[in-house]
Amino acid sequence: MNVNGNSATHEVPDNTLLVTFLRETLGLTGTHVGCDTSQCGACIVHLNGESVKSCSLFAAQADGATITTIEGIADGDTLHPMQQAFHENHGLQCGFCTPGMVMSAIELVTKNKNLTERDIREGLEGNICRCTGYHNIVKSIQAAAEKMS
Amino acid sequence: MYSTKYVKATNVNKAASIIADAEDGKFLAGGMTLIPTLKQRLASPDLIIDLSDCKLTGIEDEGASIRIGAMSRHIDVAESVLVQNAIPAIANLASQIGDRQVRNRGTIGGSLANNDPAACYPSALLGLGGTIHTQNRSILAEDFLTGMFETDLEEDEIIIGISFPKPDKAAYVKFPNPASRYAMVGVFVAKFSDGVRVAVTGAGEDGVFRASNIEAALDESFKANSIIDGLVSADNLMSDIHASAEYRAHLIGEMTRRAVIACG
Ligand SMILES: Cc1cc2nc3c(=O)[nH]c(=O)nc-3n(C[C@H](O)[C@H](O)[C@H](O)COP(=O)(O)OP(=O)(O)OC[C@H]3O[C@@H](n4cnc5c(N)ncnc54)[C@H](O)[C@@H]3O)c2cc1C
Ligand code: FES
Ligand code: FES
Repeated sequence: MNVNGNSATHEVPDNTLLVTFLRETLGLTGTHVGCDTSQCGACIVHLNGESVKSCSLFAAQADGATITTIEGIADGDTLHPMQQAFHENHGLQCGFCTPGMVMSAIELVTKNKNLTERDIREGLEGNICRCTGYHNIVKSIQAAAEKMS
Repeated sequence: MYSTKYVKATNVNKAASIIADAEDGKFLAGGMTLIPTLKQRLASPDLIIDLSDCKLTGIEDEGASIRIGAMSRHIDVAESVLVQNAIPAIANLASQIGDRQVRNRGTIGGSLANNDPAACYPSALLGLGGTIHTQNRSILAEDFLTGMFETDLEEDEIIIGISFPKPDKAAYVKFPNPASRYAMVGVFVAKFSDGVRVAVTGAGEDGVFRASNIEAALDESFKANSIIDGLVSADNLMSDIHASAEYRAHLIGEMTRRAVIACG
């Protein structure tokens, strides 16, 4: 598969999850694991441009696919507008949920124009944050949506 | 997770013959139920057969009904203009399943094969009186849904598509469990020229069921206020940490009223 623009070819056991492949085989530990019930969204990455929970997918299912993780969105030292907006709007506290939030939010903003606050809150159904109360995350996404449009 | 082997089948017949040779094989569609189950070690298949290359996608208008390929994802159904025009209640149902990431992977075939008592699609299948097509035969909704997590499918039988008759009006309204988004109670109301069908998910001890009392009341008068308190009994409803049987009975009445109003 192609991960963040680099080709990645490895032999792994058949039951390897995509998140395990990313974290343990490729050393890309920005993608987190926050639950074992497929509900928290800390593990969200993009598979061929769509957001998916990498804890609920076998690496083998992504054979030949293009994967983007949180490590692959900045342009050198310049943060992605979504990362910059989280930074400026205090959209994180401990940061554990943040990689999944950012990847989920990028898809939300790219696929939808004129997002309302309600759309954003509903669009974060699959992401759980235990620190922020979501308020500043929503503000961050609103700010990024303006820059990305 | 227990160790297991993974293969991708290139067509339905190959997938069926591979599973026939495995000791305890499992088909894999979107994986949104199967993979969490494997992670919890609640199942230990020796072989996983991925159906994603079996070309089971596509949505067609068949005139009096629409046919949805088994591997159509919830997002595909929610965004399909054909479904939105022909049976908007199905597109709306699909758009409410889980979260965006679940909808980007989970499929209609996987949901129906699983027949989770709190899943959304079984209520559309039963409410519309749809038909399941496998590589061997066609099965009517009533014959297909045989109980909680149970269907009439044989081990090597694969759902290839599902037909749903077009109703005059239909709507699905659910009271979601706030954590999982599964239905605590979900009601699918469909009005056909020859009568009203009402299917309830999330509540029955044996999975999705038709509410004959409600159907009779709506046949009499298709109005929200036909659903009077006490019409739905708590007998044979589930009681669990999320809701008592009595509360579920109340929700069935309320979700039905909302669905009738949504029918317009
Ligand atoms: C966080 C979360 C929230 C969810 N919320 C909801 C919700 O609100 N409402 C809801 O209805 N569902 C919900 N789901 C379940 C989701 O809709 C699943 O996608 C669905 O139940 C299973 O579909 P799948 O394609 O992922 O199937 P898989 O997990 O791949 O397979 C499920 C079962 O079906 C079998 N199978 C799959 N395809 C076929 C086929 N074509 N022929 C024969 N057998 C087949 C498999 O062998 C397996 O036993 C949720 C799931 C998660 C993780
Ligand atoms: S780790 Fe929680 S959803 Fe993937
Ligand atoms: S910032 Fe701590 S979980 Fe979201």
